[in-house]
Amino acid sequence: MAAGYPATPMNASSKVALGEPGAGQKRTHSPMGDVLFSGMARAAAIITLATLAGIIVSLFIGAWPAIKATGFGFFTSSTWNPTDEQYGGFSMIYGTLITSLIALLIAVPVSFGIALFLTELSPIWLRRPLATAIELLAAIPSIVYGMWGLLVFAPLLANYVQAPLQNLLGGVPGVGFLFQGAPVGIGLLSAGIILAIMIIPFIASVMKDVFEITPPMLKESAYGIGCTTWEVVRNVVLPYTKAGVIGGIMLGLGRALGETMAVTFIVGNTSAFSSSLFAPANTITSVLANEFAEAGPLHQSALFYLGLVLFFITFVVLALSKLLLAQLAKGEGTRT
Amino acid sequence: MSAVAETLQSPACMTVKNLDFYYGKYKAIKNVNMEIAKNKVTAFIGPSGCGKSTLLRIFNRMFELYPEQRAEGEILLDGQNILTSKEDVSLVRAKIGMVFQKPTPFPMSIYDNIAFGIKLYEKLPKSELDDRVEWALTKTALWGEVKDKLQQSGMSLSGGQQQRLCIARGVAIKPEVLLLDEPTSALDPISTAKVEELVIELKRDYTVAIVTHNMQQAARVSDFTAYMYLGELIEFGETNQIFLKPKKQETEDYITGRFG
Amino acid sequence: MSATTLPQTPRSDFRQRFFGRRKMTNIVVLTLSLAAMAFGMIWLLWILYSVLQLGIGGLSLATFTEMTPPPMTDGGLLNAIYGSVAMTLVGTLLGTPLGIMAGVYLSEYGANGWLAKVTRFINDILLAAPSIIIGLFVYALIVAKTKTFSGWAGSIALALLVVPVVVRTTEDMLRLVPGSLREAAYALGTPKWKVISAVILRAARAGVLTGIMLAVARITGETAPLLFTALNNQFFNAGLSQPMANLPVTIYNYAMSPYSNWQSLAWAGVLIITFGVLVINVTARILIRQKH
Repeated sequence: MAAGYPATPMNASSKVALGEPGAGQKRTHSPMGDVLFSGMARAAAIITLATLAGIIVSLFIGAWPAIKATGFGFFTSSTWNPTDEQYGGFSMIYGTLITSLIALLIAVPVSFGIALFLTELSPIWLRRPLATAIELLAAIPSIVYGMWGLLVFAPLLANYVQAPLQNLLGGVPGVGFLFQGAPVGIGLLSAGIILAIMIIPFIASVMKDVFEITPPMLKESAYGIGCTTWEVVRNVVLPYTKAGVIGGIMLGLGRALGETMAVTFIVGNTSAFSSSLFAPANTITSVLANEFAEAGPLHQSALFYLGLVLFFITFVVLALSKLLLAQLAKGEGTRT
Repeated sequence: MSAVAETLQSPACMTVKNLDFYYGKYKAIKNVNMEIAKNKVTAFIGPSGCGKSTLLRIFNRMFELYPEQRAEGEILLDGQNILTSKEDVSLVRAKIGMVFQKPTPFPMSIYDNIAFGIKLYEKLPKSELDDRVEWALTKTALWGEVKDKLQQSGMSLSGGQQQRLCIARGVAIKPEVLLLDEPTSALDPISTAKVEELVIELKRDYTVAIVTHNMQQAARVSDFTAYMYLGELIEFGETNQIFLKPKKQETEDYITGRFG
Repeated sequence: MSATTLPQTPRSDFRQRFFGRRKMTNIVVLTLSLAAMAFGMIWLLWILYSVLQLGIGGLSLATFTEMTPPPMTDGGLLNAIYGSVAMTLVGTLLGTPLGIMAGVYLSEYGANGWLAKVTRFINDILLAAPSIIIGLFVYALIVAKTKTFSGWAGSIALALLVVPVVVRTTEDMLRLVPGSLREAAYALGTPKWKVISAVILRAARAGVLTGIMLAVARITGETAPLLFTALNNQFFNAGLSQPMANLPVTIYNYAMSPYSNWQSLAWAGVLIITFGVLVINVTARILIRQKH
């Protein structure tokens, strides 16, 4: 007995995509066009992958002499001395991590406030202009932030942020060491603040987009039992969107870690380690920007080593961010 | 023209007077006058777009979340017009619970779904809170099914269970009125039957208003029925009377399936 | 007969108890969010204002007609502007076709196969990756091999920044083209490559163009990738095989210097870049809104 397959009009066209001409139809064009075109498209996709692979490989090759010379001691030594060919990346790695941390500490609450405002508080007619304004903030090139930061903002930072902080907390044991040295407006704290302003629009946009996905019926259920707006956001919207919120924060972190120009102007460009946030310092990106073009071979290799470290850190952060955002889009909220 | 409310034998919990509702310039609800009887189930029926869900959402001022929507008239609860009450809208809404067409469990554990609302208004010691949660879940016939998994997410329950959870959530804060907006439209027949049983049970302690597009459901569960069409209340009265001897031709047309 | 109404139940009291505190919390939080919004806006306005104020001072006809000067001498930014425009153009010309074809692959060929999924993932990472790393990569690839900094290296670095943006927007825009349009084209017997190039891409062209504009806006202000690829040049050179003057690196060097004429030129450069970027962004937005 023949198996009971229904008589569907399937020729060999199970491989034919929707709408394409079937195997039996006459074609006046040769298939060369299709083969070429699809080949080119595929090649383009593969080139994208190759670029990433190429970056990793070239960074590794460039860093290899330094890796051989310093090994893992690179991460713990803060001696960076090109004349003596002594290279330890601790200060720069520290600088990168601290500036990004400061940036997040400031940017996350502010971005949350902006996203909350745009989704719950703002009158409808104001929403689009304000959202556009925030996006324009994201479009401003980082060199503008850097220059403005150094020449306009730093003097004010020195007088209105650094000096008071020093007066207030400089003598406090346990935290005082962070606020030592002459407050001239440069250093890791200043760089962190400029970074914060730079990444606020990114994080705020993702948070806003993610808050808007919350189903209105879910919010109305919370309003229905008498919740205030804040209670609805805190107990319903945030848990519902938490994967997306974290993904957005990590996106901002990724940006902050890799930012060069906004930081270089104001960080002080000194590779010696200092525990004070007011002292001139360096991040991985700023030391690359300043020293790479004229570096000798081992020096350059050490810089490649730093670049490799940075790339690795940002890759992990960005990959995590993508996965989290994808989880929100797919699962639409918390899992069991 | 608008229908005049019948004189009820039972006392009214909510009284609606001259209620109009606007989406921007468009008048969606026209001059509704009626009463919702205390401790009874009042059903709202009518074809799609007749305004029954819109009307329900006026009762707990849900429309205020959307700026172009506006209501005029009076809705009296406990003698006060809730539309213009000086009381904060959150407190008004606390007296009037709502359950939606699709189950909407909060992204929290089953326990917290219930406890959340209670904690907004009362500070209970843990043991009392546990009791209240158990009471609410028992009232909606869920306790037996979930008592061993109270810490699991509310979203892990089946559709019918989720909807009963939402009803339990609404009941837990001791409202006076329960508004149910097509509560079984997303449920399978067995869950639907359970929810209908629940509705009949609930009227002992609460006043229930239920919107349904299923006439048989209205006939099964309600004591009073309101028939609406194009934003107007065409006829309102005891369920038996509406279904067996409707006074208006339009009502009869709808009930006999001639249209809608 | 009037219906009787219920007396005020004492239960309403219990709800009031915590309400004061809840309401206050709500007001505080909402006020803070308003403050956050204002906070964000202040920076935008302040930065734009500073750029305008300080940039206008340094801007004159000479800025566009004269070359970059030695310190304390009058001059302009002509070679830097030319270099930036040239490299942006070349970078866009190199990166756009690659980006479009990859976008086409993702939308029309690969869809959800493994290659497409991986490509999308990698592309998004490249989109947000530190641009200085791209500069390092191009240095290792090209500058080290050719033993010279050059405008070509700079252009290629910029192209690598253009590609991810174009890939993303092209794929998104192509997906928006309705299935009915595709089916109509196939029904005529059109081969796939022609359906894509002549029909689908054409239908999505406003969106794709917008994507290209956004990519251009992105690379317009980029400094880091040029720092060790194109380097910079005091002088003018029309070809791209030497270190090439460009606006961002010039600004960087001048801004950090102690010379006032250099600093004012730097501000003028910043004004030019900011203005250019904002114009492109706003135009792109208007284009997108018109289309939809």
